[in-house]
Amino acid sequence: MSDKPVDKMSFEEAMAALEAVVGQLERGDVPLEESITLYERGAELKKRCEAKLKEAEEKVAAITLGEDGQPTGTKPVEGL
Amino acid sequence: MSDLIDEPSEGENTPEFTVTEISGAVKRTIEGTFGHVRVKGEIGRVSRPRSGHVYLDLKDDRNVLSGVIWKGVAARLAVQPEEGMEVVTTGKLTTFGGQSKYQMVIEDIAPAGMGALMAMLEKRKAALAAEGLFAPERKRELPYLPEVIGVITSPSGAVIRDILHRLRDRFPRKVLIWPVAVQGKQCAPEVTRAIEGFNAMTPGGALPRPDLLIVARGGGSIEDLWGFNEEIVARAAVASDIPLISAVGHETDTTLIDYVSDQRAPTPTAAAELAVPVRSELLAWVEEQGARLTRAATGAVDMRKQRLRDLSRAMPKPESLLDSPRQRLDRATERLPAALTRAAQVKRLRLSEVSGSLRPATLMRRVDEARARLADRAARLNPDLLTRDVKRKKDAFEQISARLSRVATGQVQGWTNRLQALERIRQTLGYKETLNRGYAVVRGDGDVVTTAKAAKKAASLEIEFADGRYAVGAGAAPRKAKPKETPPDQGSLF
Repeated sequence: MSDKPVDKMSFEEAMAALEAVVGQLERGDVPLEESITLYERGAELKKRCEAKLKEAEEKVAAITLGEDGQPTGTKPVEGL
Repeated sequence: MSDLIDEPSEGENTPEFTVTEISGAVKRTIEGTFGHVRVKGEIGRVSRPRSGHVYLDLKDDRNVLSGVIWKGVAARLAVQPEEGMEVVTTGKLTTFGGQSKYQMVIEDIAPAGMGALMAMLEKRKAALAAEGLFAPERKRELPYLPEVIGVITSPSGAVIRDILHRLRDRFPRKVLIWPVAVQGKQCAPEVTRAIEGFNAMTPGGALPRPDLLIVARGGGSIEDLWGFNEEIVARAAVASDIPLISAVGHETDTTLIDYVSDQRAPTPTAAAELAVPVRSELLAWVEEQGARLTRAATGAVDMRKQRLRDLSRAMPKPESLLDSPRQRLDRATERLPAALTRAAQVKRLRLSEVSGSLRPATLMRRVDEARARLADRAARLNPDLLTRDVKRKKDAFEQISARLSRVATGQVQGWTNRLQALERIRQTLGYKETLNRGYAVVRGDGDVVTTAKAAKKAASLEIEFADGRYAVGAGAAPRKAKPKETPPDQGSLF
């Protein structure tokens, strides 16, 4: 189990950690006290995954370029 | 020219040119006749001096034509000349009078047909492959769920629309579009600048740096796609720190950038599919994990509960624990009085057996036997043996005593004789013997005097002879002189 705080994890890391926790609990060889801690961690990881999935927000912008071809900013793109 | 012979030689009326005049005339003719030509040939040696102009040779199997591309033209050429390339050049012929040369001023170069283009592409591929830029181990893993996706393509057209639609279907994300020309000679430099530009952004800056790049273009002819075959594009893709998906043309079109990108997508839509996972599937997955988590956690508790129940069922009742010991006690209690009686009987029986053989006659017989043994021993106890032994030992002792006495007496006699002999020697050596031979010792005030001078000084003198001492002078009283050291002159006698 990685020591990285759950709220710093990327979706993929949280996913892998959650899978590991579920697998460990399902094997059933975890002491009772530890299984409670594991369950809490699993719930936290699940929340993290859901939060990352909720971030599914579309925002499309096009880069505006100056005379020299260098980016100067963005403008929103609509209707594509 | 001779005055006499008035035969003009042939051609004498032909006007004379100076070198410059003829040179100018040739120039006019050539430039006039070949003011706009297209020449097909293979590019020979190419040189690019500092000035920025490009000098090259065009050749076929027999002839060579020098060519020059002026600096300004060279910069905007879609295809840069490379040695060995089969090309069609467009331009005009001109002369260079200073060296009696003619050359072509090239305004455009186009590859001469598909074969030439493909051959050039193969050459580039081989060169980049030799550098190891196509190696599979160079390919980076795409991020599982990129936060920001940078798309390098034309801002209008089906390609960007396809990508955005597919992204929206799967997992809506932030998308930054970097508009570029996707064909023509601006294509390669713009795509290159876009890849470099995205990499130059700082993560989390005003312009968020993408964590995945897609370079996309729809299908087209090989000439249309040519910009993506340019080496600068391929090198920019190699240098990109951000993982890059290439989706250029249709599945059958493979451009140079496809070899160096981290993933090649056959179409722009496929690029979007490679870029993001499907959100609804992930949501379902997370739900399922949550359910499994709860099931497993409650399962763990239930399982233990069940086990506890089973174990407690298997545990015996406390009162039943005592049943069997109590039964043993009862049986023992029952048997106890009978056992005591039996034990007493057994012992009594043994007592009567033993006491039966205990009679005074037995004892008396043993006393008589002992007495007879005593008498026998007493008879054998005789003092004669002891007396004989004492006598023998006494004789031996007397013998040894006599021998000891003899030896002791002899030894004492020996010592006495030696002592007397030594005394005689001592007497002989002493000064008294000398006195016996007539000498005398003179003493003055008690000390031995050996000179007349000393004798005069002495208050009183005493002379010792062998038979006694005689005082000379007043107040002299005979004294018992202590034995003195023998005077030195007498010492020398020895």
